[in-house]
Amino acid sequence: MSARLRRSARRPWLVGASLAVVALVLLPLAFLFLQSANSGWSHVWRLLWRHLTLTLLWNTVQLAVVVTVASAVVGTGAAWATERTRLPARRALAALVVLPVAIPDFVVASGWVSLFPSLHGLPGASIVLTLGLYPLVYLPVAASLRSSDAAQEEVARSLGLGPWRTFFRVTLHQVRVALLGGCLLVALYLLAEFGAFSILRFQTFTTEIYAEILVGFDPAAGAALSLVLVVLGIAVLAGEWAAGSGSQGSRAGLASTRPRSTARSRLGRAKLPLLAAVGILVALGVGVPVGAIVYWLVAEQRTTLPGAASLASAAWHTFSYSAVAAALASVIALPVAILSVRRRSRLALALERAGMLVQAIPGLVVAFALVYFSVRYARFAYQSAALLVVGYSVMFFPLALVAVRASLARVPPRLEEIGRSLGLRPTLVLVRVTVPLVLPGLLAGFFLVFLTATTELAATLLLVPNGVQTLATQFWADSAELAYGAAAPFAAVMLAVAVVPTYLLSRWFDRLPSRRARPA
Amino acid sequence: MRPAGTRKATVRVAAATILASLLGLAGLAGLLGLAAVAAAAPRTGRVTITLYNGQHPETTDALVAAFEKKTGIRVLVRNGDEDQLGDQIVEEGGSSPADVFYSENSPVLEDLQSHGLLAEVWTSTLAEVPRRYDSPDGDWVGVSARVSGFVYNTRLLSRSQLPRSVLDLASPRYAGKLGLAPTETDFQPVVMAVERAVGHARALRWLEALDRNAGSHVYPDNETLTAAVNSGQVAIGVIDNYYWYRLRYDLGASHMRSAFAYFAPRDAGYVVDVSGAAVLRSSRHRRAAEELLGFLVSRRGEEILAHSQSYEYPLGSGVKTAQPIRPFDELRPDPLTIAELGDGHAALALLQEAQLL
Repeated sequence: MSARLRRSARRPWLVGASLAVVALVLLPLAFLFLQSANSGWSHVWRLLWRHLTLTLLWNTVQLAVVVTVASAVVGTGAAWATERTRLPARRALAALVVLPVAIPDFVVASGWVSLFPSLHGLPGASIVLTLGLYPLVYLPVAASLRSSDAAQEEVARSLGLGPWRTFFRVTLHQVRVALLGGCLLVALYLLAEFGAFSILRFQTFTTEIYAEILVGFDPAAGAALSLVLVVLGIAVLAGEWAAGSGSQGSRAGLASTRPRSTARSRLGRAKLPLLAAVGILVALGVGVPVGAIVYWLVAEQRTTLPGAASLASAAWHTFSYSAVAAALASVIALPVAILSVRRRSRLALALERAGMLVQAIPGLVVAFALVYFSVRYARFAYQSAALLVVGYSVMFFPLALVAVRASLARVPPRLEEIGRSLGLRPTLVLVRVTVPLVLPGLLAGFFLVFLTATTELAATLLLVPNGVQTLATQFWADSAELAYGAAAPFAAVMLAVAVVPTYLLSRWFDRLPSRRARPA
Repeated sequence: MRPAGTRKATVRVAAATILASLLGLAGLAGLLGLAAVAAAAPRTGRVTITLYNGQHPETTDALVAAFEKKTGIRVLVRNGDEDQLGDQIVEEGGSSPADVFYSENSPVLEDLQSHGLLAEVWTSTLAEVPRRYDSPDGDWVGVSARVSGFVYNTRLLSRSQLPRSVLDLASPRYAGKLGLAPTETDFQPVVMAVERAVGHARALRWLEALDRNAGSHVYPDNETLTAAVNSGQVAIGVIDNYYWYRLRYDLGASHMRSAFAYFAPRDAGYVVDVSGAAVLRSSRHRRAAEELLGFLVSRRGEEILAHSQSYEYPLGSGVKTAQPIRPFDELRPDPLTIAELGDGHAALALLQEAQLL
């Protein structure tokens, strides 16, 4: 105890900042406990003690396992293809492959259902959710591949390892932290997902929570039921821990600071099949929802399209709220990530794990938590733009944390130690050494939060300033009336808002190695 | 005993935590304060009220535009699901930013009233609407109504296969043909009416049979259910009439593969749902808020509803719908009253007991 405390006391600011950040992020969890105390427990028990609960929990667990495994395979495969091979048109494909995360799940689900009306249940939900969520694996894994050295793979190949074994024993090992982090996000996200399931007629435990809050006028019971999801979330976190991210960290020494090898696999005969695979992925993940949007625009009888002014205003609000929230989330993720990767004390890891839990709480419940606290303790800020931004960064904090942590784990601590030994103050080490090195992770985090926030609906409906519409609320308002023709432009703009940063980011990623290779 | 070094370390970490939190809070407060000041800055000298709108946004927008033009009062609209907005108002308690709440159904209004959050409606406003469609306590006013029945796919079911009563839908002959939207608020009045007609035990068995007949055909709302019947995913479903008319308006008559029909007169599946509006007790612009309520049920307001594509029945000022749906005074619904429907909790409990929710 004393040794650990003394160790953390060496960086009181880091620990202090992390504690403050995690306290903020855990506000929704505090709300669950406060509300459970208020709710009639007999009512909650009666709801839990039903055959239906078992069915719903089983549905939830099945789906979480299937989609997490599928996303891991698809996401890692796509990242390898765009980062480690000479895939034709890989720059464009790298940008397209990320896009599904920026398409609201209800758009994706509606698109699939209008194509295949009989799609439903576990198979339907698995397909649609995997195609929507694999970017959560792809982005951290690609960032990790980008900042790790391909020379290790070349060495493995030169020592006679075949391509498959090189992939499994070297490449996969390099990206393990990022891969597990991505899987963690997917699994936690699934616990709390709602929008797509209601369209795909697949009921999970979260469906029950929504019904309790919306049909039953009982947010307290909804909060109490959410505790079950938190327990599942803890199980997922423990699973990830057991799967080995506990032994993470860079053992690469100084190797990865050399100008990294930019060698990419020549694909040879595998080129066309791989191109086809990535092409199909993009066609299914982006093509289907985009096709649906175009179809709605063209086929709808009622052509009361929204005015340009309302589109522009909704786009501007969506863009500015999401961008500020993404920046905030990335910044507050930094101390927690540094603490968990560099300190590795029990406190540091507990803080990091706790910070992830918010992802397992349904958006509607988080939204009510924010209403609860702001109405009581920050009434002046209630339904202000600033509160919505803070809400987004709390909700999507785990996305930023995983991205930053994965990137930091690839940076050898010796670089920071050298900085300190050269007499740099800790803050300067942070600014001049750590931050530049984790920039890809910070950007990936910014990007993930930004794209996810542009499609957020539940909290936006409750917290957006009165009289303001975002793209998501406007799409919801129109599609709730089945006026898909009027809703489609908002979905289209949502995509357009996402395409530009996606493209810029992939360009930036592409130039990264050459920039780093320049002599300082 | 803990060594001095540990204590010192603890103090330093604690001090840093508090400092970091304070700095964070100060920054946050500054940001929020700035936003609040910007938001509060008066844009015009006009009175501005806030409307929490749980009704279909398109119709509400038309009503609000006409009201603003007539009175000069500015209305900020917050759209949302009526139940979500109701919960939000309860959470906001005495400091709700909302002045007026406009809902699609009566149970959520009754729920707010039971929390003591609604102000009395001007008697002149209540007088415009038949008493049985207003709040029994005078705390909200009925604005429009719909009626329940069923939609069926005309290629999958012939006329002779149609049910006479909503109770018939429990029959095995609708197995695999029935679609259900148990979370849809419009379904609750039907459940209440069935329970009133046949008692708790039989109502429960009826719901369980519906669940069996529906199988995996469980939809999130009536809009989706109606579209599913029309596209042939499923053959029949219980809905309010206006969903079918709206779908026809959206798709065009040539794309309709379905029809809407009523159950037998006074059947439990033949129920009138009321959409209403209320002024919040916490409103600081009560006069302007009451004026909006008065406008909604005035001839001018109800005429907008009557000619809109919402396909609801206007309730105020004797206005009749201009749409080609069965006239309101020719309906023969179950005599379920708003007070009997209450806040819908009895229906909810029954749905939960049947494990449909």
